Amino acid sequence: MTAVCRVEDVPVEGGVCALVDGTAVAIFRTHDGNLYAISNYDPVGMASVLSRGIVGTRGGAAYVASPLHKQGYDLRTGQCLDDPEVRVATYDVRVDDGVVWVGTS
Amino acid sequence: MSPHLRRTLRRTLVVVGHGMVAHRFVQAAVERGLTETHDVVVIGEEARAAYDRVALTSFFEVGADALSLLPSGVYDDPRVRLLLGHAVEGFDLEARTVLVDTGEVIAYDELVLATGAAPFVPPVPGHDLPGCFVYRTVEDLEAIRDAAATARSGAVIGGGLLGLEAANALRGLGLETHVVEMAPRLMAVQVDEAGGATLARHVEGLGLHVHTGARTERVLGTDAVTGLALADAEPLEVDLVVFSAGIRPRDQLARAAGLEVAERGGVLVDAQCRSSDAHVWAIGECAAPAGRMYGLVAPGYAMAEVVVDALLGGAGTFEGADLSTKLKLLGVDVASFGDAFATTDGALELVFADAVAGVYKKLVVSDDGRRLLGGILVGDASAYGVLRPMVASGIDLPANPEELILPQGRGGAEIALPDEAQVCSCNDVSKADIVAAVSDGGGCDSASCVTRCTRAGATCGSCKPVVKKIVEDHFASIGRTVDRSLCEHFALTRQELFDVVAVHQYTSFDQIVAAHGTGRGCDVCKPVVASVLASTVGGHVLEGATAVLQDTNDAYLANIQRNGSYSVVPRIPGGEITPEKLIVIGEVARDFGLYTKITGGQRIDLFGARMEELPAIWRRLVDAGFESGHAYGKSLRTVKSCVGSTWCRYGVQDSVQLAIDLELRYRGLRSPHKLKGGVSGCARECAEARGKDFGVIATEKGWNLYVGGNGGANPAHARLLAGDLDTETLVRYLDRFLMYYVRTADRLQRTAPWVDSLEGGLDRVREVVVDDALGLGAELEAAMATHVAAYADEWKATLDDPEKLRRFVSFVNAPDLPDPHITFRSERDQAVPADSDGPVLLGAAIPVGRPR
Repeated sequence: MTAVCRVEDVPVEGGVCALVDGTAVAIFRTHDGNLYAISNYDPVGMASVLSRGIVGTRGGAAYVASPLHKQGYDLRTGQCLDDPEVRVATYDVRVDDGVVWVGTS
Repeated sequence: MSPHLRRTLRRTLVVVGHGMVAHRFVQAAVERGLTETHDVVVIGEEARAAYDRVALTSFFEVGADALSLLPSGVYDDPRVRLLLGHAVEGFDLEARTVLVDTGEVIAYDELVLATGAAPFVPPVPGHDLPGCFVYRTVEDLEAIRDAAATARSGAVIGGGLLGLEAANALRGLGLETHVVEMAPRLMAVQVDEAGGATLARHVEGLGLHVHTGARTERVLGTDAVTGLALADAEPLEVDLVVFSAGIRPRDQLARAAGLEVAERGGVLVDAQCRSSDAHVWAIGECAAPAGRMYGLVAPGYAMAEVVVDALLGGAGTFEGADLSTKLKLLGVDVASFGDAFATTDGALELVFADAVAGVYKKLVVSDDGRRLLGGILVGDASAYGVLRPMVASGIDLPANPEELILPQGRGGAEIALPDEAQVCSCNDVSKADIVAAVSDGGGCDSASCVTRCTRAGATCGSCKPVVKKIVEDHFASIGRTVDRSLCEHFALTRQELFDVVAVHQYTSFDQIVAAHGTGRGCDVCKPVVASVLASTVGGHVLEGATAVLQDTNDAYLANIQRNGSYSVVPRIPGGEITPEKLIVIGEVARDFGLYTKITGGQRIDLFGARMEELPAIWRRLVDAGFESGHAYGKSLRTVKSCVGSTWCRYGVQDSVQLAIDLELRYRGLRSPHKLKGGVSGCARECAEARGKDFGVIATEKGWNLYVGGNGGANPAHARLLAGDLDTETLVRYLDRFLMYYVRTADRLQRTAPWVDSLEGGLDRVREVVVDDALGLGAELEAAMATHVAAYADEWKATLDDPEKLRRFVSFVNAPDLPDPHITFRSERDQAVPADSDGPVLLGAAIPVGRPR
């Protein structure tokens, strides 16, 4: 796993993008304090932008809305909530002594 | 050569007259494709294009421009030629030519007469003294207004519909006003004796003097009007007289040409509105189908449609008209429909009268009590929308029909209209047409959309409440509740949310969602909350926790583009820029490799900036004196201007200065949707101000203010809110208009649909903004003053705050590493996005920083 930043670098209900093993990963912090990591690449809009989306809930699930065309992605599974055919990669994320670690394996 | 031989394959259709009916005829001809085969020449005697004569009295409040049915003065179809300010002197049925007063002779294949009617002036002695007027055209009203300036009192001869309109106008001009009617009651054609008495009480309550059963013997005076002599009554001392004693068809041209005319005047036409000559047609007030003339606009419109249909080979006919009337005269509702005078054999009358409240309602029902035949409503005509279609469709009355006219709370039966019931009589729209418009495939989702698409309610508007009810009932019947909730998190509209936030003085999304919502919000409600907080609390959009509420573009104070890069738009107020500043923009674009393009709003868009480059780009721009253009926000964009009187030889006001002042006043104002403005220095309208949410056009006397325009997929022309304003009043009205919009519009609702969505539409906006009917004016102005005082440039504030700058990094662990997903190629010598074909993996050699 790669140490990318401190927890407080990730805004609550916001995201940051990090380079992890050469891959652009979007890291989000939800209102309850949980951290999630998914691919930063929006497969519908074809651009690396998901960390800049609005974070909220749909049903009970935490999600991010793509800043390009607003498709929602479940932060736990990477599943696109507006198109069952679309899913983005998810990554392991943990916090150790205030430092955020992300794995791509 | 005879004119016939000169004709080409295209045929020529000449329309004589350009009033409301002629205009409708041309509209229908264009819409239904008649101009594919015909060139249309329209010759109008009045200098101005067709205008809304039904609303003539409002001329004194809104001016002539607002009444115009063709504000641009030209039809969109180039095959229609409009010749205004010229009279037709005659036509020749043999040669098929029309002689215009310019001397021009126009050959026609088909001729449509729409010459209208002229006011009837009874030949009493003195009727032609200075100070005598009629009430028909804008020019008539201008003359009355001028005369009223030095007059103290006036009399209207004629107590019918138009006479009461004229009396209202005189009262509005500050004159002591008399109404002189020969019949024993007011509006004798429409209402019975009891209804007329109720109406007279209302009218007298407003300070007017009503003289019924009064015959005018002569107009007194030698050089000018000094009074009116009545038979069997004391003379009236008045300074001006308006004749409103009926109208006569203008059929002189037809008579001279040898066409048959009806016994009581009007060009005699058959059911297809064809005259005694096969190539000449007559429509509107100059026509007499089956020998009868109609002085209302709806039958005229029907005739216009019939003739277009006939010229296209159709078989449509005019079969008489519903003469039902509903109007508000001097603030009093009056309606008359069907067999109002109970002339049907055995007809029964049901009457409800409340002398204290000034309400009189009468239903005429069939002898078996099962069918409604007609009725009269004075003082409260709210039931008209339901009652009139009941007459037309003949549906069964409920067991206690009197409930239909009892005040609410004392009964009030719900009647379902049958599908074939005609809801809009002006434009002949049935209930079935309205239901079809909102059903699958109809494409409408609201009553205002139905009005736009079917025209139901588009002319007089009296059926709008019924249209709304039918639409709502239909949605209810298919289980579609008209849910105006923002999203799953808030069961509130934007306006309700705005009120809640203002009342409780909330300052954060957390407070609002805890008290009034569920969950943690989404990409719909969070930007709405951000917009509302920007209006109620103010402050920087990236301040603290509000930063994560901002929509895509606000979140980085720039416009995201398809490859994830951004575009940058510095503000150029009014489109005016110095060469030095222009050079700075060029240098910044060159140094950062940005694609540049001129926008429609008279500024310059710089594309292809990487997110992490935005602060450096803005450092350069801010140092050179630029500030944010808010191209990224649902907020004021630009106020476009023409060059105005400073340079232009036509300009009458300094449009650039006003545009700059307005843009600087409203910059940074967050709103439900983007806002654009425009200022033109003269009526040539080079700034295209009427295509903007607010448009200002200079006049010789000041400024005309138009609201509710936009371009885009559903273009709308802004409509006149108020005319000839001084700059201070203009700004006050604009402050109120914009704040009213900011507070009450739905999310992503631009000003045009917002105006339409209000009960009363533009009239309602005028009541609130100009008349201050809600008493909100001072509050709205104060809210705008607060905004103006608190404005600060968002980009300068961002550059000055390290906390706000933290978000402008490509990677949190490699802040300045350019994102390899963003690549460019060259097109026409500039950088444009290269297409992405998937996520990019960076080589391991790229150095990645460690967390602090």
